[in-house]
Amino acid sequence: MPDVLVLVDHDRGTPKKVSLQLLTAARERGGGAVAAALFGEGAASGAEKLGAYGVATAYVWDSPDAAAYATEPQVAALEAALEASAADVLLYPADPFLTDVIARAAVRLEAGVVTDAVDLTLEGDRLVATKAIFGGEMTSRCQVRGDRPQFLGVKANSFAAVESGGAPAEVVALDVTLDDTARRARVVDVVVTPSGGRPEMTEASVIVAGGRGLGDAEGFRLVEQLADALGAAVGASRAATDAGWYPHQHQIGQTGKTVAPQLYIGAGISGAIQHRAGMQTSQTIVAINKDAEAPIFAIADLAIVGDLYKILPPLIEEVAKRRA
Amino acid sequence: MRIICPVKRVPDTAAKKAVEPDLTLDRDGVEAVLNANDEWSIEEALRIKERTPGTEVVVLCVGPEQAQQTIRKALSYGLDGAIQVSDPGISGSDASGIASIVAGALADEEFDLVIMGNQSSDARTMLLPAMLAEYLDLPALTYCTKLDIDGDTVRAEREMPGGHQVVEAKLPAVVSVVEAINEPRYPSFKGIMAAKSKPVVVKDLQDVGLDAEMVGLEHAWTQVLEVTPRPPRQAGDKVEDDGSGTVGAKALADFLVARKFL
Ligand SMILES: Cc1cc2nc3c(=O)[nH]c(=O)nc-3n(C[C@H](O)[C@H](O)[C@H](O)COP(=O)(O)OP(=O)(O)OC[C@H]3O[C@@H](n4cnc5c(N)ncnc54)[C@H](O)[C@@H]3O)c2cc1C
Ligand SMILES: Nc1ncnc2c1ncn2[C@@H]1O[C@H](COP(=O)(O)O)[C@@H](O)[C@H]1O
Repeated sequence: MPDVLVLVDHDRGTPKKVSLQLLTAARERGGGAVAAALFGEGAASGAEKLGAYGVATAYVWDSPDAAAYATEPQVAALEAALEASAADVLLYPADPFLTDVIARAAVRLEAGVVTDAVDLTLEGDRLVATKAIFGGEMTSRCQVRGDRPQFLGVKANSFAAVESGGAPAEVVALDVTLDDTARRARVVDVVVTPSGGRPEMTEASVIVAGGRGLGDAEGFRLVEQLADALGAAVGASRAATDAGWYPHQHQIGQTGKTVAPQLYIGAGISGAIQHRAGMQTSQTIVAINKDAEAPIFAIADLAIVGDLYKILPPLIEEVAKRRA
Repeated sequence: MRIICPVKRVPDTAAKKAVEPDLTLDRDGVEAVLNANDEWSIEEALRIKERTPGTEVVVLCVGPEQAQQTIRKALSYGLDGAIQVSDPGISGSDASGIASIVAGALADEEFDLVIMGNQSSDARTMLLPAMLAEYLDLPALTYCTKLDIDGDTVRAEREMPGGHQVVEAKLPAVVSVVEAINEPRYPSFKGIMAAKSKPVVVKDLQDVGLDAEMVGLEHAWTQVLEVTPRPPRQAGDKVEDDGSGTVGAKALADFLVARKFL
């Protein structure tokens, strides 16, 4: 049974939800030893607690250098963690910046990479990934060939995070030395826009998305209010991001992000094929549109035909009331 | 300055796709287009060219004969030349295979910047930019929403969850861009005509220093075991609001309760 190393994404030592999901997947689907790798400031403080999710050993590189330069310091750290853990499989959260780390490490170590898995099954000594392809038109099962290291990216919310009740993890500090090439892309500034406490779109289990039907940027306040009432993230169609009503990183679709939350609520979105390519594998889809023929209704579990400006305010109130 | 724009030929999103018995996409039976994200990289390269006299922009495409169409399309925006890598042995390569071919094609080229889309609409791996940078042993600045070139330095804003970071590197470098970076122009009539006579250098695997044992379906580092169509989604209940908003709101809230979201 393969030993699995999980690249744990964390916020100053607090593991992100997706990381705990991946640890659970490693334990339940891998069957061998589970180890974790944590890089960046605060890594050490969060490492021991991962034992609760079945981690026997946590390899940490708690250094500001991890974030001082793009990608390459973390590649060096990942190489060290893979060597120290001697894992057969590396699971990582399907996140753009981490994908860069994985891509470089894969070339260095000649590892195969399967991206965006939503399920994993153990077949022999290998984890086979199930993933949606062509914008969710088809499903494929893929694996890494031969005895190469297996790098598997897993989408958030593909697995539940379940504690194992294990003992505290043994924490091993990695010895990472950076050469000059690792420092060649220097981070000179980080600009954070306040998220209003909302979850990240690609990690959220509920997303409320808005489109051209909102009419203006102000309309997104309603979408945000519904999102907040549901504890959801905010998404947008390209029409809305193009118009500058909402930041591009919230765009769902072919040229934006692919999401598959448990619940997607679209308001004022027609459901063009390029938008559907980013959300049609959502578990449950609800759409509000004043056009009874809107294409999104063809894939919606519930279609509400009506004016979103009339429907959203009482809905926000109703949700808040029922959640209270 | 010399800029390389790697571009991909992809099936049109709206086209019905089918797979061959070897589980690769049937690329002949499907309408193909220039990958949308690569229009932003081309636009960004053109803007640098317009600001920086003496700049040459060259498109690079790994793809079969039909990819010539894609290359002509890219050239029609006003690029200066093209390199195509085409070889029967390439079919079925995965991301690392394609990255090694692109790197091989660049081994003998002079360039200051490689600008690429952050993702292709068919594979969507987002792996290629960083893999290519690794093969070329260059820094990579990915998911850029803004690029500034100052002498031998590139400064970029990289989109990240809830904000962006500013990163600097010396040229040469590999850069990937996202949609927010610019609004691509349309090719002009003059550009479309000129594209027909622009030079396209066609290379095979041997020309780029690789042999057929290193790339292609059989040698890919990953393997597709099975491809199945996804059952189409069924449309569920439709509720017409009466204009008051309360009917729609109640139906939606009831649904959320019934499905245990509330
Ligand atoms: C190469 C390419 C890539 C693309 N990538 C993406 C992508 O990544 N993501 C994406 O989303 N799109 C993408 N698109 C664009 C896509 O084709 C559509 O244009 C876009 O999704 C439309 O956004 P929309 O649904 O918000 O707007 P529209 O299609 O204009 O729909 C607005 C909807 O709002 C409804 N409406 C209006 N007012 C109200 C009201 N008061 N109450 C209720 N409903 C109302 C209307 O009936 C209509 O159905 C791409 C297109 C191309 C060509
Ligand atoms: N066959 C190819 N030839 C040249 N460039 C490519 C090819 N495939 C992908 N690319 C480039 O890599 C980027 C990212 O693609 P991907 O990693 O497939 O999501 C694209 O936007 C292109 O710039």
